[in-house]
Amino acid sequence: MKDDITRDERVENLKGMGCSRKRVEDARFTQGKGNYVDDIKLDGMLFGDFVRSPYAHARITNIDTAAALEVPGVIAVLTAADLAPLGLHWMPTLAGDKQMVLADSKVLFQGQEVAFVVAEDRYAAADGIEAVEVEYEELPVIVDPFDALKSDVVLREDTVGEDGKPTDGAHGPRKHHNHIFTWEAGDKDPTEEVIANAEVVAEETMYYHRTHPCPLETCGSVASMDKVNGKLTLWGTFQAPHAIRTIVSLISGIEEHNIRVISPDIGGGFGNKVGAYPGYVCSVVASIVTGKPVKWIEDRMDNLMTTAFARDYHMTGKISATKDGKITGLHCHVTADHGGFDACADPTKFPAGFMNICTGSYDIPTAYLEVDGVYTNKAPGGVSYRCSFRVTEAVYFIERMIEVLAIKLNMDAAELRRINFIKKEQFPYTAALGWEYDSGDYHTAWDKALETVDYNGLRAEQEQRVADFKAGKTRKLMGIGLSFFTEIVGAGPVKNCDILGLGMFDSCEIRIHPTGSAIARLGTISQGQGHATTFAQILASEIGLPADSITIEEGDTDTAPYGLGTYGSRSTPVAGAATAMAGRKIRAKAQMIAAYLLEVHDNDVEFDVDRFVVKGAPERFKTMKEIAFAAYNQAIPGVEPGLEAVSYYDPPNMTYPFGAYICVMDIDVDTGVPEIRRFYALDDCGTRINPMIIEGQVHGGLTEALAVALGQEIAYDDMGNCKTGTLMDFFLPTAWEVPNYETDYTVTPSPHHPIGAKGVGESPHVGGVPCFSNAVQDAFRPFGNTHTNMPHDHWRIWKTASDLGLHG
Amino acid sequence: MSKKMHIKLKVNGKDEEFLAEPRELLIYTLRERLNITGPHIGCETSHCGACTVTINGKSVKSCTMFAAQADGAEVTTIEGIGGPDNLHPLQEAFREHHGLQCGYCTPGMITRASKLLEENPNPTEEEIRFGMAGNICRCTGYQNIVKSIQAAATEMNAAKEAAE
Ligand code: FES
Ligand code: FES
Repeated sequence: MKDDITRDERVENLKGMGCSRKRVEDARFTQGKGNYVDDIKLDGMLFGDFVRSPYAHARITNIDTAAALEVPGVIAVLTAADLAPLGLHWMPTLAGDKQMVLADSKVLFQGQEVAFVVAEDRYAAADGIEAVEVEYEELPVIVDPFDALKSDVVLREDTVGEDGKPTDGAHGPRKHHNHIFTWEAGDKDPTEEVIANAEVVAEETMYYHRTHPCPLETCGSVASMDKVNGKLTLWGTFQAPHAIRTIVSLISGIEEHNIRVISPDIGGGFGNKVGAYPGYVCSVVASIVTGKPVKWIEDRMDNLMTTAFARDYHMTGKISATKDGKITGLHCHVTADHGGFDACADPTKFPAGFMNICTGSYDIPTAYLEVDGVYTNKAPGGVSYRCSFRVTEAVYFIERMIEVLAIKLNMDAAELRRINFIKKEQFPYTAALGWEYDSGDYHTAWDKALETVDYNGLRAEQEQRVADFKAGKTRKLMGIGLSFFTEIVGAGPVKNCDILGLGMFDSCEIRIHPTGSAIARLGTISQGQGHATTFAQILASEIGLPADSITIEEGDTDTAPYGLGTYGSRSTPVAGAATAMAGRKIRAKAQMIAAYLLEVHDNDVEFDVDRFVVKGAPERFKTMKEIAFAAYNQAIPGVEPGLEAVSYYDPPNMTYPFGAYICVMDIDVDTGVPEIRRFYALDDCGTRINPMIIEGQVHGGLTEALAVALGQEIAYDDMGNCKTGTLMDFFLPTAWEVPNYETDYTVTPSPHHPIGAKGVGESPHVGGVPCFSNAVQDAFRPFGNTHTNMPHDHWRIWKTASDLGLHG
Repeated sequence: MSKKMHIKLKVNGKDEEFLAEPRELLIYTLRERLNITGPHIGCETSHCGACTVTINGKSVKSCTMFAAQADGAEVTTIEGIGGPDNLHPLQEAFREHHGLQCGYCTPGMITRASKLLEENPNPTEEEIRFGMAGNICRCTGYQNIVKSIQAAATEMNAAKEAAE
């Protein structure tokens, strides 16, 4: 048999790995035919919404629901008293703590869920909420974690034992009743000794402010309990649908096979949709109670005030070096404000996530990290906002410490980075805080970046600008922001990563149809990353069927294999690997079928793009399409009919994407307005599956980094009132504030990943935040600035200028 | 609860007539009453633009307008802009230039952009960025949205020229 197209054309036809395949998701979304949770409508569906606490800390003395039940359209009102007999008034958090579903005699943060009003529609629910009468007795409010550790006020009664002493928490003994955990990594004494005896030591205290992922779609769910067949169906904004099914089963007692969890289209997640929220639980209970489907959808204020804040790390660092700038030791202490409940979404053994990646991209021989988690009267959360667990905090910390050390050494910060990078030949590299970095080539990336932007030229221009400023010729300063980051993503190896005891593997199941098309289902769920497009590309390259003939399905626990979901850039490293491995199983069986059809031995055929060919006789071949059909119509001795495979992939290690970012900024010292003149982002995410999608991820992550660095904040006053509950106060950049970004790349494949891919969705956020922040700080460096805290909004920048005496 | 009002609308070319409370917001009417779920809710405070529709030729955020205020109006949503058989050049351009990720902002973006290009068929990048500043996207960083709109403009202008 002959065919008339070239091998290159065959490769192209597959639309496999490495090409900028257009997204298959887009037709739906551009025509308004997405199916998000709020688009779901079921017969007789009711709507539930919360009565929320106006106080940050108060005892509840009475809840009167009688008037609310009289409101037309109101069907039911749930309080903790209704949930208690079912044991559902509290729920476990992913961090080993527990959280009130509905206020159990007290509230711990403003906006906390107090009662759930179920009504025929949203308007009736709102009327019902107005009519619920709650009597509160105010208690002293603590919004500062350092105050919390000194205060006699007990925020959580379950933290004090009968002997009056603090009880043990989920991660060991408490130092104080408002203390949640201490978590350590590295060697304390040797690190302190190195620092005490060092030639140069730089110290800095920095606050990484509280912020919020704020996806454009808020959280929500629809629960439908079918009492006839005993099945519960739950649709929702779940980044981890399978884990949600297990949690719902564990807390409700409904057997897992009777629960079907579906994540429909998700309007952005960024970490906001990993956890389990009271709204999900209440929609389920309300559906059981009323026998009707019940929908719960957050409004924006609920979202910003109650579900899933990020960051809120008070960090103190010491970094030591020789006079020539070789780093010798790093010490980091964090006081972590977790709010009223510890609801972080971290792997169980990592209560401070992967904060111990804080030695960054540098060969630092000795290091020590200690994190203290603390309760306050703020909303719970602590999610990874567009980053792997706490990696943004870690990278911000080290990239600021490097700058502070450069100032102390009076050395160029780019050069200081270069002389301390882990060298290419040191990989796999074991860091002082325990991680084994898989691969990297930092020097090449850094040199490429510096050269592309003409770093030396920029520094010369900056010097001239300072001179002009001092001479009164300009009121604008120039900042050059540098950042070199190493991410740790793809959680992760089951041996050290689990969530609620569930190992963090992931999965893929493939079915090839007789005519040579396929469906693959995964344990992950896209929230805009384009899985339906990219996973089909991986498979196309692996099994030789066109990506356009492969449907990717995720998010329905009745059909998809079990997986831990999408966050922490884990989809490509873990589920992508599972996809490749499942594809290889298909290929192995296809090889036997091909050999049979070609009447040769199995080992005499080899895979070539979209077919198996007889070795040495490429004109004799069977295409994968032909093989697929044969799998269903031939009786092949010793081979079962059909062509299916499933793979559960437990990664041997995390992956470590890295990158070099440079930002050039002009700052008007009189208005405090920063203008981003140039932003160059070089990413190395290993093997690149779809360059177009990678670039899109980088643009998006950088924009979220810009937001966090330059203004986005969840702020509270002393009374625990959240001051940033609407988009009026919470900064989301528009097209007007955002620059164009220049993207670039190097490719250093992951040695342990089947296709060498590392994941990219979060790198730009992780690397972007310190880059924007460093640019602001760098502009003021010639005037004596060492560090100011983010967010660098116009007022704070103006204040920095003012404090440095630049306003005359 | 106050007395219901008698409201007439023309939505995507179709006449609609119903009784609604004065407090019923237009986005609610569209999504819940008429099952037109293209326009989304992202904030309900006029900040994000996810709910953008066109009313009598103007871009309007339907989350902060009462249905009663739109009485007698012509409303166009993303569903009225183009479908499988008559894709609008913007719908094609957003796909071609990766102008969307999660897709939640997209109906509002395209609806707004279609107005922008009507008002200004040859916008500069600055004009696009300014003209789209009422629509927030959390995923794309806007760069490819700008590109998509530029590409659609070029395409539409070429088509217009060819027709003349
Ligand atoms: S929902 Fe209307 S502007 Fe945000
Ligand atoms: S594509 Fe997700 S908000 Fe724009």
